[in-house]
Amino acid sequence: MKRPLLMTGTTLGVVAGAFLLMNSLPGCRPSGTTKSVVTGDAASKVYVKPGTHDEFYNFVSGGFSGQLAVYGIPSGRLLREIPVFSVDPESGYGYSEETKGMLTTSHGFIPWDDSHHPELSQTDGVPDGKWCFINGNNTPRIALVDLGTFRTGSIIEIPNSAGNHSSPFTTGNSEYVVAGTRFSVPMGDDASRDVPIKTYKENFKGNVSFIHPEPETGKMSIAFQIVTPGVNFDLSHAGKGPSEGWFFFSCYNTEQAYSLLEVNASQRDKDFIMAVNWKLAEQLAKEGKGKRVPGKHHSNWWNHKTHSTETTVYEDVLQLDPKDHPGLVYFMPCPKSPHGCDVDPTGKYIVGSGKLAALIPVFSFEKIQKAIAANDLEGDFGGIPVLKYESVLHGEVKKPGLGPLHTEFDANGNAYTSFFVSSEIVKWNVEKLEVVDRVPTYYSIGHLCVPGGDSKQPWGKYVIAYNKITKDRYLPTGPELTQSAQLYSIDGDKMELLLDFPTTGEPHYAQAIPAELVKPREVKFFKIEENEHPFVAKGEKETKIERRGKEVHVWMTTIRSHFAPDNIEGIKLGDEVYFHITNLEQDWDVPHGFAIKGAANAELLLMPGETQTLKWVPTRVGVTPMYCTDFCSALHQEMQGYVRVSPANSNVPLTALTVSVDAEM
Amino acid sequence: MKPISRVMIALAALALLILLFVPIWRIDLQAPQYPEGLYIQIYADHFAGDVEKINGLNHYIGMGTIHDEMFPEFVYLPKVLVALAAFGVLAAIWGKRQGLFAGLITLTLFGLWALYDMYKWGYSYGHDLDPRAAIKVEGQAYQPPLIGHKQLLNFDAWSTPDTGGWILFGVMGLLAGVYFLELRRKKPAKPVTA
Repeated sequence: MKRPLLMTGTTLGVVAGAFLLMNSLPGCRPSGTTKSVVTGDAASKVYVKPGTHDEFYNFVSGGFSGQLAVYGIPSGRLLREIPVFSVDPESGYGYSEETKGMLTTSHGFIPWDDSHHPELSQTDGVPDGKWCFINGNNTPRIALVDLGTFRTGSIIEIPNSAGNHSSPFTTGNSEYVVAGTRFSVPMGDDASRDVPIKTYKENFKGNVSFIHPEPETGKMSIAFQIVTPGVNFDLSHAGKGPSEGWFFFSCYNTEQAYSLLEVNASQRDKDFIMAVNWKLAEQLAKEGKGKRVPGKHHSNWWNHKTHSTETTVYEDVLQLDPKDHPGLVYFMPCPKSPHGCDVDPTGKYIVGSGKLAALIPVFSFEKIQKAIAANDLEGDFGGIPVLKYESVLHGEVKKPGLGPLHTEFDANGNAYTSFFVSSEIVKWNVEKLEVVDRVPTYYSIGHLCVPGGDSKQPWGKYVIAYNKITKDRYLPTGPELTQSAQLYSIDGDKMELLLDFPTTGEPHYAQAIPAELVKPREVKFFKIEENEHPFVAKGEKETKIERRGKEVHVWMTTIRSHFAPDNIEGIKLGDEVYFHITNLEQDWDVPHGFAIKGAANAELLLMPGETQTLKWVPTRVGVTPMYCTDFCSALHQEMQGYVRVSPANSNVPLTALTVSVDAEM
Repeated sequence: MKPISRVMIALAALALLILLFVPIWRIDLQAPQYPEGLYIQIYADHFAGDVEKINGLNHYIGMGTIHDEMFPEFVYLPKVLVALAAFGVLAAIWGKRQGLFAGLITLTLFGLWALYDMYKWGYSYGHDLDPRAAIKVEGQAYQPPLIGHKQLLNFDAWSTPDTGGWILFGVMGLLAGVYFLELRRKKPAKPVTA
């Protein structure tokens, strides 16, 4: 009986010893991912004293939120989430009668999109703080956000496109922003579009669009599309300096797979970066070359005088076929399904990031021009000349990391490339192609941003990582965790982690700009005397109510702290009531809200001097309350009113009043 | 009077005409909700600044609104200024000390009247309150300070001369100085008669 006991004891002892040994010896067990090493003074570098402002605005894509978020850098504080492609019940964007048009497309009203890449407008190749463009990926669109109002100023739909990913990168003076289709699709009339999917090679086409924003108004129109063989366009950037006049697009799936792309589109050793001579394309379009092809699309523009959307519907679009125009388009081989396509500040080098590659190819614009002049080709792809890889290559960064995605630059000749698989930022010298420094990200970085980092004049100072995975970095919040960004200092030789900050949606690309370039543009309120809304009431004397058949229109005003009118009677079941509300305030930071019980849409949030309309269809007889939702003043809780709804056959006269104490007495 | 004194008087008189174009007085307001501050500038013939914003705020406490049309001063003040300037120029041409003295007295009376007028308006502005006002504070009046600082509920108010006010003070100082020097200046010794 004793022996088994002894054996058990010995076994336990050995196990316990092994356990202790295993735990005491380094390297025998995974110790978990190394947590960030933050030096003592990191906090002071990101501390922005209460009452003081951040140095940079950071415009960050919302990803599947469809919006554009604005953060202050270095604090990482969220300042605004600007509604762009998705409805926003809190402001009434997409719910008010006036804003519905902004989200209307040839498919009808589209309440959501997937926004990926903010790009600031530029003057002479440098962000100027006037506009921020952002792409809608799912129902292909580009939006222009006005940085005077921090509101969406216009949205254009991209026809013949499917998955607007390679977008909306700008030329040096924002003559154009581009849109390259991720999915190639069949184009043309109904018959040419209704084809078997397996006929990809014959029937599916790619294209890149050049969209022109009007400098004064920000209205957008498509100048021309360049049609290409069927591939997937991924990202792009304009040339600058010596390469000004050219545009570079990365593309993958040159295998022309249409199913299981994960495998089928990863077969070729090299895909392409496409170089487009857009100056030539512009000239061809001016000369009337190319042909107009079907491509219905909407261009929506926000008129800030009428506080309403103006829509232009186009039925077709001008397309240029590079096969008809030699010298317009060239392909350059680029290893392993390139993703990022970035041009350095000098404009001399183009960096391709093959997301499955273990090196980073850097192309030389000078060599590209020489190869074109010498007709140094390795063949053609769908009739488009393919330049020889070795002839256009400046060189390769060897063994930089795993899964390079995107590259930004500083002003000192360094590049910063994000590596998704090895979860790090790698700093390397563009001229020498040598890795200088590397720093881990937590976890799996996608895009990254250096202020001005894709322009001619990077402001540098920081690199911000936008990560795809957060895991244990924050307090857990169930299965769905916060999204996250990380701020690193790049002032010294070594990159230094300063701050983690959570983000809304899923951040893809982002841009940052010195606050001083944006702050002077800020609109504090809309001037009431410039309000040209058809239903404006420029004072309480102009308020009224009017029946037009089943429609009842109310001209209503808000001012601290009442609505005029606030007692409405004579509404009948079956009526549609339109509240046209003008905020009469003429001071900064005095919005009013408007909410009415049972509204099937949302509230209105009205900035000073603005008019917006909420449609309300009463569903029952009785007296319905309405109130102000923005804590506007000390008497905000008094800012309310009533609407009386009577049966359909009633004959209560239609009245709209504000009753003062005197009248009661 | 010495020619230099007469030139100084003429220049001082003409300087009064600047008051037609620049703000004479200003009232500054600051509150926690208004870190950037609000202000009113009083010109010879109109108000400038955040008058509408202040009118909007004042309704809570029952204060009246202010508008240019309410002030007959804005009609005759420019005329008074032109008259004062003309008076000064005439005094310079005339070249007698008595003329300068009269001008100095008139200007001082004008200044005192202006301050009194402003006080009188400020009193009624701050005391004649709408009985239906939403916010009533027992015994509280909102008369702005005549000159200097005063706390009015959540607002700090400052009342100070603006460019025109300082020019007016300068003109008065200059004229007083000239008068003083002229008084002290000994009359040239009379030639001894045989």
